[in-house]
Amino acid sequence: MIWLVGAVAFWALAVLVNVKIAGSAAHKQRWARIVVPALFGIAVMVLWEGLVRGLNVSPIILPPPSAIWERFVASGPVLWKDFVQTAVKGALSGYLIGCGAAFGIAILVDRSGFLQRGLLPIGNFVAALPIVGIAPILVKWYGFGWESKSAVVVVMVFFPMLINTVMGLRETDTMQRDLMRTYAAGYWQSLFKLRLPAAMPFVFNGLKIATTLALIGAIVAEYFGSPIYGMGFRIQSEAGRLSMDMVWAEIAVAALAGSAFYGIVTLIEKGVTFWHPSQRG
Amino acid sequence: MRNIIPILTILSAILAIWYGSAVKMNSQWTLAQAKRNGVELSFSEIVADTMDQERARLPAPHQVAVELWKTTVQKKITSKRSLIFHGWVTLNATLWGFALGASIGLILAIAIVYARVMEMGVMPWAIISQTIPIVAIAPMIIVLMNAVGVQERLVPKAIISAYLCFFPILVGMVKGLRAPDLMQLDLMKTYNASSGQSFWKLRLPSSMPYLFTSMKIGIAAALVGTIVGELPTGALRGLGARILIGDQFGPPIRIWSALIAAAILAGALVAFVGLIQRITLKRMGMAQ
Repeated sequence: MIWLVGAVAFWALAVLVNVKIAGSAAHKQRWARIVVPALFGIAVMVLWEGLVRGLNVSPIILPPPSAIWERFVASGPVLWKDFVQTAVKGALSGYLIGCGAAFGIAILVDRSGFLQRGLLPIGNFVAALPIVGIAPILVKWYGFGWESKSAVVVVMVFFPMLINTVMGLRETDTMQRDLMRTYAAGYWQSLFKLRLPAAMPFVFNGLKIATTLALIGAIVAEYFGSPIYGMGFRIQSEAGRLSMDMVWAEIAVAALAGSAFYGIVTLIEKGVTFWHPSQRG
Repeated sequence: MRNIIPILTILSAILAIWYGSAVKMNSQWTLAQAKRNGVELSFSEIVADTMDQERARLPAPHQVAVELWKTTVQKKITSKRSLIFHGWVTLNATLWGFALGASIGLILAIAIVYARVMEMGVMPWAIISQTIPIVAIAPMIIVLMNAVGVQERLVPKAIISAYLCFFPILVGMVKGLRAPDLMQLDLMKTYNASSGQSFWKLRLPSSMPYLFTSMKIGIAAALVGTIVGELPTGALRGLGARILIGDQFGPPIRIWSALIAAAILAGALVAFVGLIQRITLKRMGMAQ
């Protein structure tokens, strides 16, 4: 009972503080932008812990955050091995190959208006398809190792990246391109000095979408066959054994890896597209 | 319509690559078979053989088309082998998930537009939620649902697809509800409109183009979510289950026909939302 009341009280207090901060003049400050969501997150955790303990929820259904944390700390080496197998070997390698290939092909396609008009609608359509379904086929072709996961990721990130880059390369207007021509700039010069920089916001949009897809692809592919480690394998086998604290610890790793991956790309974007209005605000 | 010829060109290029790869990938088996029988095969014989192997590594497009035809038109809809039956199971979960996700996205968007504390506290978490690979959570949601006592396979699938599709709708609607500019909002104030009135008569109508654009993304995401939800869970029905069962027991062609069926379903769903978009915006006088 004490857990229940305490958790709800903490939740109410946190919401109250957040409303106060958001309503005061401080809401434009940098610290408020961090404190408010952080407090919200902590309040959710406390509420979770309190409800699970107060209502005596079985740990098979939902373990409290503290138990997940204990498990997380205790099985560090296992989690690290899974992380390297899935996120680094599977997702990251596929991400680099897929995005690199899509970027290169987009530049080639860009030279022909005919190809662009054909590829954009098809690319848009394919990007909306449930491509993950191809995972079992690729696992069959490339075996159980990380290579097949990498292949799934390549296929998944390719089309979103391709259409974003092609659209980005069309971003410059006639006046800018004419200016380059009056400078007597050749194709490559205007590509590198005008059109690629102008395309960067789109390219990074594609790169950001691809980060999440890459992890999804790598994890799904593991459900269809993997060595006896890897995040997808671990989640599935531990869920089968009902040790939910381990599943949640692995989900925490996935969440951290996903957010960190996305965050790093966003940081690079900030450095590269510092001139764009959305980054100056 | 000037895009038709380029699109057809690209499509036929894709088909050509597909046929080429089929010959290349399936010829290993053909050659191995020929060697065992001690026969020399000419090139045209090899190609002919790669085109209709029963357990081809990569089935040729026409094989997939034949399989699709067999499992849709020539089977009874109620049969467990009918792709229409499995497509319906998937579609059902997709629509439930979409309805759930769209409602959550819509409610959150309204809350975020009207309450600054929601924008500051919830919006960052909504963004973070999308960087978490949902499939990591899928097996757990299913175990959880079983433990709680929900036997219906539909529920976990719908939850996963709602998780994937609420975000585009949230982002689109936040943008859409903020689309009216200051002057229009001020005009409502000079009419002495209550905030409810300015919501129903100004904000909501002007968000419609944004709503439909994000619904098109959302429904495609919902379908992806449903299929992801069916893949790792040992589901027996649905297109994802078809892919799974084809992987474990059946010939690979089942996976391919299920994949193409999923693609057709995705296209049909997006086209359907697009149709509603065109009709609605036209009647509202907002068509471009």
